[in-house]
Amino acid sequence: MIEDISIHPTHTISLLVVNRPGVLYRISMVFARRGYNIESLVVSPALDGRYSRITITAKGESDVLEQIIKQCGKLIDIVHAEEYKDNSNLEKELALIKVKTNSADRPEVLQIVEHFKAETIDFVDDSLVIQVTGDTEKLDAMTEMLKKFGLIELVRTGKILMRRGSNKT
Amino acid sequence: MEQKTTSINGAQALIRCLEKKGVEYIFGYSGGAAIPIFDALVDSKIKLILVRHEQGAAHMADGYARATGKPGVVLVTSGPGATNTITGLFTALMDSAPIIVLTGQVPTYGLGKDLFQEADVFGMTAPAVKHSYLVKNSNHIPQVVEEAWHICSTGRPGPVLIDLPKDITSGACTVSLENINMDLPGYKIPGKASESDINAMAVLLNQAQKPLILAGHGVILSGAEDELQELSDKLDCPVVTTILGKGAFSENHERSVGFLGMHGTAYANKAVGDCDLIFSIGSRWDDRITPAKIERFCPNAKKLHVDIDPAEINKVLVPDAYAIGDAKLVLQQLIEKIKPAKHPEWVQHIVGLKKKFPLSYKLHGGLKAQQVIDEMYNLSQGKAVVSVDVGQHQMWAAQFYKIHKQKGWLCSGGAGTMGFGVPAAIGAQFGRPNDLVVAIVGDGGFQMTFFELSTIMIHKLPVKILLIDNKYLGMVRQWQQLFFDNRKSGVDLEGNPDFVKLAEAYGMQAFRIRRPADVKKVLQKALDFDGPCLIHAEVVKEDNVFPMIPAGATVNDMILKEPKMAMDKPVGST
Repeated sequence: MIEDISIHPTHTISLLVVNRPGVLYRISMVFARRGYNIESLVVSPALDGRYSRITITAKGESDVLEQIIKQCGKLIDIVHAEEYKDNSNLEKELALIKVKTNSADRPEVLQIVEHFKAETIDFVDDSLVIQVTGDTEKLDAMTEMLKKFGLIELVRTGKILMRRGSNKT
Repeated sequence: MEQKTTSINGAQALIRCLEKKGVEYIFGYSGGAAIPIFDALVDSKIKLILVRHEQGAAHMADGYARATGKPGVVLVTSGPGATNTITGLFTALMDSAPIIVLTGQVPTYGLGKDLFQEADVFGMTAPAVKHSYLVKNSNHIPQVVEEAWHICSTGRPGPVLIDLPKDITSGACTVSLENINMDLPGYKIPGKASESDINAMAVLLNQAQKPLILAGHGVILSGAEDELQELSDKLDCPVVTTILGKGAFSENHERSVGFLGMHGTAYANKAVGDCDLIFSIGSRWDDRITPAKIERFCPNAKKLHVDIDPAEINKVLVPDAYAIGDAKLVLQQLIEKIKPAKHPEWVQHIVGLKKKFPLSYKLHGGLKAQQVIDEMYNLSQGKAVVSVDVGQHQMWAAQFYKIHKQKGWLCSGGAGTMGFGVPAAIGAQFGRPNDLVVAIVGDGGFQMTFFELSTIMIHKLPVKILLIDNKYLGMVRQWQQLFFDNRKSGVDLEGNPDFVKLAEAYGMQAFRIRRPADVKKVLQKALDFDGPCLIHAEVVKEDNVFPMIPAGATVNDMILKEPKMAMDKPVGST
């Protein structure tokens, strides 16, 4: 029986790690060991270049995710690993969406772009590339609305996260 | 002032750093990519123990580490040399044993290019280590050794691997070997527990009427045996141990209830069922000691948990109170908060259970492994360091060889690695030259690493090997008999050699036991023999280990003797 993980909620995990080879490998192993899939993953150098920030989203049962996070936390090169459960944090991602267009439906597409405060960054006869930023739900909603015109390609960065005010991420 | 640069290479720096850590032995097997390191060993006071297989080297280092508390060191070459250590790394990881494995590697320019004997050792071993390094600069070697030593031996100990490309060990190392800094900002070592966690546990311990301590390997790793004794005394509290916790609390003590679990003593398992509080210290509620439906584990008892590894809290069960920290320090904190108590009825109940459900075996109907092990215990006065392999003999040894000496029990518990017993005994004997070391092994596991008899003979190690030979993989055969209508498959070890002749081929003294009446006499001869020897005990082919709690079941389902009816297949893992 193949476990259907997609029915479980999505979890957002933020990690501060030492910027060294192999760190990402060890983290992904903790997920892979249980047959858990990483939905999105963003790695970038932190303000202090000796460290990296990693934001992971993954679907799964909450108690299993708790265990995964603890097992990530005990890896030697991980400074901290934490799940962000409340919605009070700043969460953003960026998507590039390439949509089929022709002169007839272009105005409606541009209306949608305007509504979502997105922008067109490539404009040719039969397609547009739209850049949109925002939270995951917004990007999902916009992608859904553009589907009827015909999506050619979709690339998303995955979610990044930061705490508000003086709270440290 | 101009800094004078030292003219040593990476391999020499590596060995000097290990010398400074007090390493006495390196268990190794040479090969092309590791030649510079073996070369550096020629001028070192560290003694190289040349093994016969890399798995043997890893288990020797593990046995050395468990018997002494000091890290064991392994040195092998790249490719297959390194991959052969993976079983040993995994064994050490599962049981939190501190070992350092040094692997030669192809030169850095060849990494990822499929050179001869190149393997992605970092990648292949990552899930089997506490931490690992691929060194890409000769000047990093001193810091890497410093960190590896620290990581493997502190917190929850475990194996650390250092992959050393040949150009890095050959290249000049010009940094100082003094005052080496570590850079481990992510590594946390829990020490004392928080005051509030201690108080929460103390309240429950002070309220308990039928408290039971469950002592695991963590007590031994932390050196908290004396604190455990003190806590048990002050609280008048019986102690069960896990199989790896044997020796954490003297098994001769009135309040010792032996080891619990699938083949643990009936009284230990019944005590677990009867207690109103179970306090795990350095045990991880492993599936050999808890049922698959965890809510059926001591449903009426409060559960307390002390562990140095935060990831063990809430992993199997949610305790009523817990503390994250080093067992020794946490127990010291806790003892201060405990009110002296007396639980005479409860202790009498435990004593009664021990009398009512003793471990037993029959002396008629052929030679029994239990008798051989029991007699070994009596004749060696329980003073041996006992190393076991995996299977029926392991359970009988755990049942009948009581441990009352610290670090006297070496057992692959978590991994269940066959082939562990003999090399682990070798490592232990190197570490404790003045102690009697006995390897109790089965005919299956013995044949996985018996080639290390050479290592024993070369170094004249006075290890006694007690080979329990039932010509079967007995534990699997037992399962097949009980749960698979006795359909034997893959368990008959026909073709076993004459083990006495085999030992003699290595120049080793060997003894044979075939009759119950000979047990005492032959074992005494073997123990009196000055030097290594093998005792081949040909026991009855089909005997089963009892008590038994089928995998996944609860103490209520424990069977004490051969069942009359066919049994359902167990719900738990293997």
